[in-house]
Amino acid sequence: MSATLVRPARRRSLALDQLLIVLALLVCWQGAYAYAGSSAITSPFATVAYAISMLEQGWFWSNVGATALAFVSSLAIASLLGVLAGLGLGLWRFAGDVTEPVLAALYTIPKVTLYPLILLLFGLGLSAKVAFGVIHGVIPVTLFTLAAVKGLPPVLLRSARAMRLSPRQTLLHVLAPAVLPEIFTGLRVGFSLTLLGVLIGEMFASQKGMGFLILNGINLHNVKLTTAVVLIVVVTAILANAGLLAADKRLRRQR
Amino acid sequence: MSRGRAVLASRVGLIVGSIALLEILCRTGVINPLTLLAPSQMAVAMVDLLASGKVTPDIERTFSTVAIAFALSVVVGTAAGAVLHAMPRLRRALDPLLASYYAVPFFVFYPVLVAFFGLNEMPLVAIGFAAAMVAMAISTLNGLDRVPPVLIKVARMHRLGRLRTLFLVVVPAAAASLMTGMKLALAYAFISIIAGEFILSGRGLGYQIAYAYNSFDNKTMYGLMLFVLLVATAMNSLLHMWEQRLLRRRARA
Amino acid sequence: MADALAGAAALPGAAAPAAHASLRGVTRVYPGAAPVHALGPIDLDLARGEFFSVVGPSGCGKSTLIDVQAGLAAPSAGEVMFEGKPVAGKVPDGIGVVFQEDASFPWLTVTDNIAFGLRRAGVDPAEVRRRVEYAIGFMGLRDFARAYPVQLSGGMRQRVCIARTLVLQPRLILLDEPFGALDQQTRLLMGDELLRLWRETRATVLLITHALDEAAMLSDRVGAMSARPGRFVDLLKTGWPRERDSSLVAEAGFGAITARLWSHLRAESLKAMGGAPP
Ligand SMILES: Nc1ncnc2c1ncn2[C@@H]1O[C@H](COP(=O)(O)OP(=O)(O)OP(=O)(O)O)[C@@H](O)[C@H]1O
Ligand SMILES: [Mg+2]
Repeated sequence: MSATLVRPARRRSLALDQLLIVLALLVCWQGAYAYAGSSAITSPFATVAYAISMLEQGWFWSNVGATALAFVSSLAIASLLGVLAGLGLGLWRFAGDVTEPVLAALYTIPKVTLYPLILLLFGLGLSAKVAFGVIHGVIPVTLFTLAAVKGLPPVLLRSARAMRLSPRQTLLHVLAPAVLPEIFTGLRVGFSLTLLGVLIGEMFASQKGMGFLILNGINLHNVKLTTAVVLIVVVTAILANAGLLAADKRLRRQR
Repeated sequence: MSRGRAVLASRVGLIVGSIALLEILCRTGVINPLTLLAPSQMAVAMVDLLASGKVTPDIERTFSTVAIAFALSVVVGTAAGAVLHAMPRLRRALDPLLASYYAVPFFVFYPVLVAFFGLNEMPLVAIGFAAAMVAMAISTLNGLDRVPPVLIKVARMHRLGRLRTLFLVVVPAAAASLMTGMKLALAYAFISIIAGEFILSGRGLGYQIAYAYNSFDNKTMYGLMLFVLLVATAMNSLLHMWEQRLLRRRARA
Repeated sequence: MADALAGAAALPGAAAPAAHASLRGVTRVYPGAAPVHALGPIDLDLARGEFFSVVGPSGCGKSTLIDVQAGLAAPSAGEVMFEGKPVAGKVPDGIGVVFQEDASFPWLTVTDNIAFGLRRAGVDPAEVRRRVEYAIGFMGLRDFARAYPVQLSGGMRQRVCIARTLVLQPRLILLDEPFGALDQQTRLLMGDELLRLWRETRATVLLITHALDEAAMLSDRVGAMSARPGRFVDLLKTGWPRERDSSLVAEAGFGAITARLWSHLRAESLKAMGGAPP
């Protein structure tokens, strides 16, 4: 009874807090604008107005479409590769122990420096962007999946055997529910990094996409364009992440 | 041979084997030498380049930028994590922001930062700091979350003050997460500063790679790429070894 | 009936004016979206030098009782006293607690763990060494003085925590199921050691345990608690002499005490588990 009364109030206070944070960010932004002037950044109001006017234009949507296509392809490839590799390395312990530090080291290298190589291999265009997204996203997904399988308490598998579950039942009712939340977290991190990779990729490898618009704006000193596109990208990334985060928490609570 | 040694040997074998395979593919012409230099040629190019001293100013520039950004981010990130831990309501509200920070390409703020700081290394410091600080703050939060409450009770039973509780109980109990945070902070600072140089700045290792690429100077480009790769790996391994030494005897299974 | 018995401790005869530690009308409610009334109201007076044990069903508030008496948690109502002064906000000097969970510091060796409190209190190093060495021998940890907790069994870690508290020579010792991770034989022997220590130091002991025979054998008085929110449904005097050890288990009155405790506990445990006594 009391619980059902309390929860909406709590949710309301959270919404209020987040509103305050957004307001604080807007104030900082306005302050930055006042200090740096319109040669570096446009004001929040002008930016939002320009962003809304962009939404009505065909060229903007064709750029969104290019980024979306590259992003969805990269995410699919990175997720599939990462989960499969993680499962394989997690189940084959020896291989996992051999490769885990190598993967962790690869994760820490600045991947932009590989950019020329990717361009040479794939040429300009979609495939280079996708490749760049994949090399950013695949390692975290692999590492999270690997950790999920490795961290599985052995007693769960022994219990499954004691209950005489078939391999299919074990997979479906024991293994999958036990490792899914962790894998989902990995996919959430992979989501963000793949997006980052695609955006960076678009900055050189293509004449289309949100990353291209941003860099183009920087190079042409089109501050209005850069600021508006950055705003749209950042807001989209945060909203998508908030959704994934909520799903992640739900998944974890369930077990 | 013990299992640990077998793992280590296989790892070395894997790395050496991959390099050897690449070498063979390049030497036999399966991979076009215009696309990729053979690893041995990369190594020679790197040594020549370093010996010539041509890129020494860029190396110094990049490393000092990374060092400043890293040091700042560790200090500020730890403090920010501690503050957020003490204010659960603020933390809940900031959660989506913290979770998506790595989707934000911080270097797009470069023009604004230049307007703020001028055309020096500060804009890049700020970019590296922004990425690294959040990683440090999140790791600090994780570490503080995992300090067993009973250890805090022990501290209170021993009537320790706030500072002594912090340094004698909280920090050692959260040490593993703090180390992870420092590793991530270093990696992110390095990654985003090199990226910033690559795309925007006129100096530093990242810039030199981009410049070599644009002027079709494969030797310099691959020499520098190898150097950056080696430095990143070496930094990571050093921190990893330090962490292992610190935590070796008390890893709870 | 239960309430009448619970009140027994508060009768003028039972409550000596010089109670070493006392709880008066103490309750504890954990706040939150759905508040949990964990404990009380409880009235309890511990005489100086008394050995008092508490038994009760799981989740009835025994650990909460310890936290409140130690000053680690504030009571929601009522008054907590130690040596004539109210306990408020912090742990008073002279109280030592051994917690139910493993509370050893994983980054310190056995020796450093045990010396932790003494060093913080600025005790002279020679004295620290003397007391720690004695405790290590006393707890049977001699071969592991330089080991880290991860290298010890659960029961050994618990002994490290007991030693870490005892070397402080507290005047009131609060023990929350300290022998929970030990086997029955070691448990009896540790009980004997605890009794010896209690006699030597003249400390007051409040022991939480789930073993009825342990409570019956060690204590001057045993309190049986109800299901949550925990109150005392019985306070019984064992009447043992101060000089005693585990050979008591063969004593005639012993079975009667455990039987009486079990009759309370059986009913309360069933309640706690959500069933009704048949
Ligand atoms: N921090 C807390 N927040 C909310 N409720 C709590 C908290 N700690 C304990 N409780 C609740 O208070 C009640 C009493 O807990 P307590 O730990 O004192 O029980 P206990 O008698 O020591 O149990 P056990 O014998 O299992 O150790 C339990 O029902 C528990 O759910
Ligand atoms: Mg308890």
